[in-house]
Amino acid sequence: MDGTIRVRFFARYAELVGCEETALAVTLPSTVADLVRRLRTELPGGQEIPERPLTALNLKHVRLDAVLHDGDELALLPPIAGG
Amino acid sequence: MSHLTRAAISLDPLLAEVMSPGCGGTCVFLGTVRTGADEPVAGIEYSGYEEMVEAEFGRIESEVRERWPDARSAVRHRLGLIPAGEASIAIVAAAPHRAEAFAACRYVIEAVKQRLPVWKKEHRGDGSTVWMDRSGHTVVQ
Repeated sequence: MDGTIRVRFFARYAELVGCEETALAVTLPSTVADLVRRLRTELPGGQEIPERPLTALNLKHVRLDAVLHDGDELALLPPIAGG
Repeated sequence: MSHLTRAAISLDPLLAEVMSPGCGGTCVFLGTVRTGADEPVAGIEYSGYEEMVEAEFGRIESEVRERWPDARSAVRHRLGLIPAGEASIAIVAAAPHRAEAFAACRYVIEAVKQRLPVWKKEHRGDGSTVWMDRSGHTVVQ
């Protein structure tokens, strides 16, 4: 089964890959780690993103072993610096 | 009401959200942009994953209600370029007694520092910019 994941980049990561979002077709089941691995190899500048970045799925922090579903929004978050 | 603003933060509306005759203590925390010790800082540009910021603030407020049922809290985070000396975040917490008000206020700012998807880029006096981490140190490029 295939699905589409919306991927968003912020702050320094957006600068590194030169865009703020993209959409990727994935084969399901897949995990956040699977997608991060693809992003790091397929996107220009992707190698500069850490192997284990902070991630959020559908507006909630998740671990890299979180399972993706069709239509999910995955965000790669640089180290938090709010406040 | 949104937890985010691009204008200067005003405390009065925040205080009005939490104060009540049953609250004997109100704690206010302001986080402000400070000038650098070594490098002159013109300001800090704050950006965020805005939809998630709203969701995360909602979760933090729920946690405050669970931990201190009699306390009430409100928060605003400012985004955009903020000059040195102006507030980037304001948190107010009111409770029947001061201990709960202090504790709730402290809980919110610590949660913000750990979880809120907001980033800051320091604009220096020489025109250069650098990304900052939560401790105010330069992110290694």
